[in-house]
Amino acid sequence: MTNLMPPALIFIVGSLFIPLIKGRFKSAFMLFLPVVAFFTLVKMPPGEHWVVHAFNYDLIFGRVDKLSTVFGYIFILISFIGVLFALKVKDDLQHFSAFMYAGGALGVTFSGDLVTLYIFWEIMAVFSTFLILARKTESSTNAAYRYVLVHLFGGLCLLAGIMLYIQNTGTARFDYIGLDGTASWLIFIGIALNAAIPPLHPWLQDAYPEATVTGAVFLSALTTKSAVYLMARTFPGTGLLIYVGALMTAIPIFYAVLENDVRRVLAYSLINQVGFMMCGIGIGTQLAINGTVSHAFCHILYKALLFMAAGSVLHMTGKIRCTDLGGLYKTMPLTCLFCMIGAASISAFPLFSGFVSKSMIISAASHDKLIFVWFILQFASAGVFHHAGIKVPFFTFFGHDSGIRTKEPPLNMLLAMGLAAFFCIAIAVVPGPLYDILPYPVDYVPYTGAHVVGQLQLLMFGALAFTLLILSGYYPAEMRAINLDTDWFYRLGARLFYNVTDRVLNRLNEVCADIFAYSIPKWVGRVSKRPLSLPLQYYLKKMERGDRHYSEETFDEEVKPEEVNLMPTGTPVLISIVIVVSLFLVFALWV
Amino acid sequence: MKKELTFFDKPRNVKRLLAVFYTSLIVLLILDFFVHKHAAFPWEKAGGFFAAYGYVSCVLLIFIAKLLRLIIKRDERYYD
Repeated sequence: MTNLMPPALIFIVGSLFIPLIKGRFKSAFMLFLPVVAFFTLVKMPPGEHWVVHAFNYDLIFGRVDKLSTVFGYIFILISFIGVLFALKVKDDLQHFSAFMYAGGALGVTFSGDLVTLYIFWEIMAVFSTFLILARKTESSTNAAYRYVLVHLFGGLCLLAGIMLYIQNTGTARFDYIGLDGTASWLIFIGIALNAAIPPLHPWLQDAYPEATVTGAVFLSALTTKSAVYLMARTFPGTGLLIYVGALMTAIPIFYAVLENDVRRVLAYSLINQVGFMMCGIGIGTQLAINGTVSHAFCHILYKALLFMAAGSVLHMTGKIRCTDLGGLYKTMPLTCLFCMIGAASISAFPLFSGFVSKSMIISAASHDKLIFVWFILQFASAGVFHHAGIKVPFFTFFGHDSGIRTKEPPLNMLLAMGLAAFFCIAIAVVPGPLYDILPYPVDYVPYTGAHVVGQLQLLMFGALAFTLLILSGYYPAEMRAINLDTDWFYRLGARLFYNVTDRVLNRLNEVCADIFAYSIPKWVGRVSKRPLSLPLQYYLKKMERGDRHYSEETFDEEVKPEEVNLMPTGTPVLISIVIVVSLFLVFALWV
Repeated sequence: MKKELTFFDKPRNVKRLLAVFYTSLIVLLILDFFVHKHAAFPWEKAGGFFAAYGYVSCVLLIFIAKLLRLIIKRDERYYD
């Protein structure tokens, strides 16, 4: 027996009531929604539920199997934590968008057909944009526009792929797709864009740091991880993903070292972490997929925790650049503690959650004897500790004293961080329950002597390098600067495109308007009004007598069309004439 | 107003912390000889491999990042 509504619709329908409720009831209602969704999910047996027949397809709103259930649990859990963190926000639009967005992510997770998938995919793209727009600064507005354009592009690739796929296979149902043919490549690109696979990644580090304090928590959890889910379902074992994923773990850490904005450092480390997951999906063995899914689960919690800690700092001090921060442990010790728990988790310290999940992916790489990939992943592990593990806490809470004296954030924010921190440690200390809900049976022991010592050596000697470089002054100083990324191509490319189209098309428009809306009507007008006047004029002109100026001006005034609204009509007129003529030619020649 | 923490303002405490840190590094290197290794790659069995790799990785990371900065660094108003 299933409930009336799938988890996605609980969020989406529930979000509609948020603006209607006030005060404490609103808080209670918003915290209640994830709880309802959670129990709905617990009660859902494996199989297909909420199948609706529409548009000649079976729309499946509830494909429940082990893979989708894990992601369902973590999305619901992080929605609860994110709502708790955002409880004091007075902006209903943000709450509404967050629930629509999380509902979209749940919809993507449980959709069993491509049509439903696409609808929820676009719901995610649209409503996540509002979490960036809601910051209401000039830079956030611009970033939100770029964000939504990039995602609409990705969505269109996905849509084109879906249409071709349905055309080829005759069904909208999907499971494993695999890379062959145009349809699968288009779907792959659509998913890869949301998973922030380079070179399609720059939207992430562009937009997330511009989001609201609370919106960034949802953003960090949902878009990339729903793409990870979809990739794990449709393209497991795709060799390309192994190498793309390995590069994805390595490239962002160089940027993260140089970056000044703390939340942008976190965004780069997010890309790095998703790289591990892509690599795991590419390897595609049971161990690798288990590693990917458990890593996504842990990653959502510690990344949200880090974004909450950085968000708390931004909320309380109004500053987020490394150059402006420092010494905050004095006045925000709890936030500092939570941040360090998140940092230890992302760095995969033993007894912190990353340790029990990331190591499965690296083990899977070594089982398959992927030597090069193994070295890259270990390098990235040391590197992520370097920037997310040490740099973020060090420059924010320690380092030089910035002189900022503030307070801890409000209780609800501390509780949300505490809850996430609790899970980060609990999962690592007792990994059993997480291992039990993974897609495949787990035969993996994270805590062996060699693994613990090896991992600690890797991390601590990485820390030694940091310490020595800081003490010697060689460490690259924090600078107020931006670092070019692949978004350069579309940010400057768009400007170039705009200028070129402005020059070319507007000029063409002017010419067309001149010919079709002005010159020809004028001429026709002259001819039709006084059929004899033109020959007469030429005659008068030729004879060089009479006042032809007078006659010409009269014609102008009489037949000149209104100036307004005429400029843009030229091109459509030209286009329609061209189409009509070509249609005529086609039919005339063929029929 | 709660009294603020000033632990790291005292150079003595920073020195102590560094001492603890360096000691832990040595302990880790010693521990390496006592754990049973069941490695997939031969070099994982070498004593201190992960220590060396971790250190070299991070130094390389910083070195390359500094070079990268020469190419990609722009003014904060670059796109405006």
